[in-house]
Amino acid sequence: MKPQRIRRWALTGGVIGALVLAGLGAPTARAAEPIRIGFGMALTGGLSANGKPALLAVQIWKDDVNKRGGLLGRPVELVYYDDQTNPATVPGIYTKLLDVDKVDLVISGYGTNLIAPLMPIAMERKLTIMGMFGLANNEKYQYPNYFQIQPAGPDPQTSTAIGFFELAAKQTPRPQTVAIVGADAEYPQNALVGARELIKKFGFKTVYDRTYPPSTVDYTPIVRAIKATNADIVFVASYPPDSVGMLRAAHEVGLQPKIFGGGMVGLQFTSVMTSMGPMLNGVVNYDFWAPEPTMLAFPGIKEFLKEYQARAEKAGVDPLGYYLPPYSYALVQVLGQAVEATKSLDQQKLADYLRATEFNTVVGKVKFGKNGEWAKGRTLMVQYQKVHGTGIDQFRGPGKKVVLYPEELKSGAIVYPYSAAKN
Amino acid sequence: MVAGLLLGGFYAAVSLGVSLIFGLLDIANIAQPAFVILGSYAAYVMNRSFGLDAILTGLLFTPVFYVLGAVVYRLYYESFERRGEESLRGLVFFFGVLFIIEVSLSLKYGVDYRLVEAAYIGKSIDLGGVGIAFRLLVPCLVGLAMTLALHLFLSRTFYGRAVMAVSQDRLALRLMGADPVRIKTIAFGVGIAAASLAGALLITIAPVVPSTDRDYIGRMFAITVLGGMGSIAGTLVAAVILGVAESLMSTFFGPSWSLAVSFGILLVALAVRPAGLLGR
Repeated sequence: MKPQRIRRWALTGGVIGALVLAGLGAPTARAAEPIRIGFGMALTGGLSANGKPALLAVQIWKDDVNKRGGLLGRPVELVYYDDQTNPATVPGIYTKLLDVDKVDLVISGYGTNLIAPLMPIAMERKLTIMGMFGLANNEKYQYPNYFQIQPAGPDPQTSTAIGFFELAAKQTPRPQTVAIVGADAEYPQNALVGARELIKKFGFKTVYDRTYPPSTVDYTPIVRAIKATNADIVFVASYPPDSVGMLRAAHEVGLQPKIFGGGMVGLQFTSVMTSMGPMLNGVVNYDFWAPEPTMLAFPGIKEFLKEYQARAEKAGVDPLGYYLPPYSYALVQVLGQAVEATKSLDQQKLADYLRATEFNTVVGKVKFGKNGEWAKGRTLMVQYQKVHGTGIDQFRGPGKKVVLYPEELKSGAIVYPYSAAKN
Repeated sequence: MVAGLLLGGFYAAVSLGVSLIFGLLDIANIAQPAFVILGSYAAYVMNRSFGLDAILTGLLFTPVFYVLGAVVYRLYYESFERRGEESLRGLVFFFGVLFIIEVSLSLKYGVDYRLVEAAYIGKSIDLGGVGIAFRLLVPCLVGLAMTLALHLFLSRTFYGRAVMAVSQDRLALRLMGADPVRIKTIAFGVGIAAASLAGALLITIAPVVPSTDRDYIGRMFAITVLGGMGSIAGTLVAAVILGVAESLMSTFFGPSWSLAVSFGILLVALAVRPAGLLGR
């Protein structure tokens, strides 16, 4: 950011901050008034496939809390606006939330790009800010009052790939060569940087390392080039359309590495899973949630999913809600627990409590560490197994997305090599 | 190489509508890709609800799209063309149409990636050591058939020749006793009807969201211009050149260069032959 812009930010922030402080005269006088939580959310645009389910999860939490009598005896109210997946709308939305709507707490919208423009605002106004699935947003700012719910852990760059390469290194016969490929876009590039680091760490040999433009239509030439290298490991960092394209091309070209997958976004979505069906078999891919016994053991998750799935159709969102929604719910759950425990809406008190405490949530125990990321990363590696046909119901229960990593959440064994699980 | 040819056939199918409407009628219909996506969703809905094949749906829906196209053109004509305000305001009009289609699809079907199922998706045949994916082969063949059909329509039928005439000399056509507006309505309708099929092909190849259209705007217009405005055969040639260039680059030099090279070809071609490859 240019210094001039920073100065402008500082000035605007300062003026607005002073106004807010002036208005904070008598907070206790509003005891019966609702606690207002504000946020922008991607309800249209590129990220809305995740933004809308995230909103539903937050709404379910609000209803749950209000059923139990609210927070600090006050009902909870959500104030949200559509950020259109456009980072440029974020400053305006949050300024309105804080100055016009006078919300008590704010959380971020969904995704790295929408959290980035919120960081300077949060820092100017000394807000405690909950981040929803941002990758390394706080790496440069190191703002102490930022807390992020995606379980990437302290080293976000390698978080996607670590489980994949750890698993690969453990197999016998041990794979030797690696092909990595990804889209020319922010997340895939980050994941590839992490993958390169891990390849070095585990002593594999890279035989293919390329990127492609996100608007590529046909992936068979890429897959054919990878096939020609005969790589044992194929690591793909892709967004949904390319994930589907790569997977289909892999089947058409007859790609047979020993282990295949890694960082393919989209395979987690119900609409994609139910379209790809058996083509998923054998793919080892990152995930955040799977309906396996080890993941269903956390308190409250079954009730949440039941409610989510009941409301999903009406809301027109992912019918299963296994990827992001549990974490969106956990995010506000954490915030709510902090408010209850500190009996306060004071931003600094909340931040201090959030930093120091381990929370029990629907996604398990959450403890924040360096830069407000999870103290210990917990990105899952799952393998699709025994998928038959394209029915949705098979994905509701365990056994189709077997958790292989991390060890403490493992729910089954890997089928290795890839070709053994493919059919 | 083969993959590029297949891709080219598909690109041709997608670009035919633009070639007809933009190339021949000189209407900057930038909403064309949105109509293609509308075709994709029609295919998706029929595939999900009735198990109908995507491409069959595309074919069945061509009359519906034809009518839709005719209505859109009439609206455009009444509001802009008749008053001689077609250039810039017309562009804005079609931008509006593009957004309306996109947002309507988002509201109705959400923004999840949509795919169709067909027996041939994910399978391939081996021809002389080269695996050819049916998912690409079928759209390519349909694309070729569409090109041929459109070519025959324009060169052999009365209405087709009238369309060619309206693109060349409107006044002369009127003097011959034909109504240029009616002819243009027909041509516009045919162009949009082509989008129905193209959309079905698109969703057969790759998953679709309402905003997928934006990936195709550039390619569609590039192919039309490269091929020569209004030349159907040129569209096919240009589509194949772009497809082959993209595929070869992806295979041998790294996929990140593929688009740059495709558009590089366009620039060079325009510098050497400003009318396009087969343009007049």
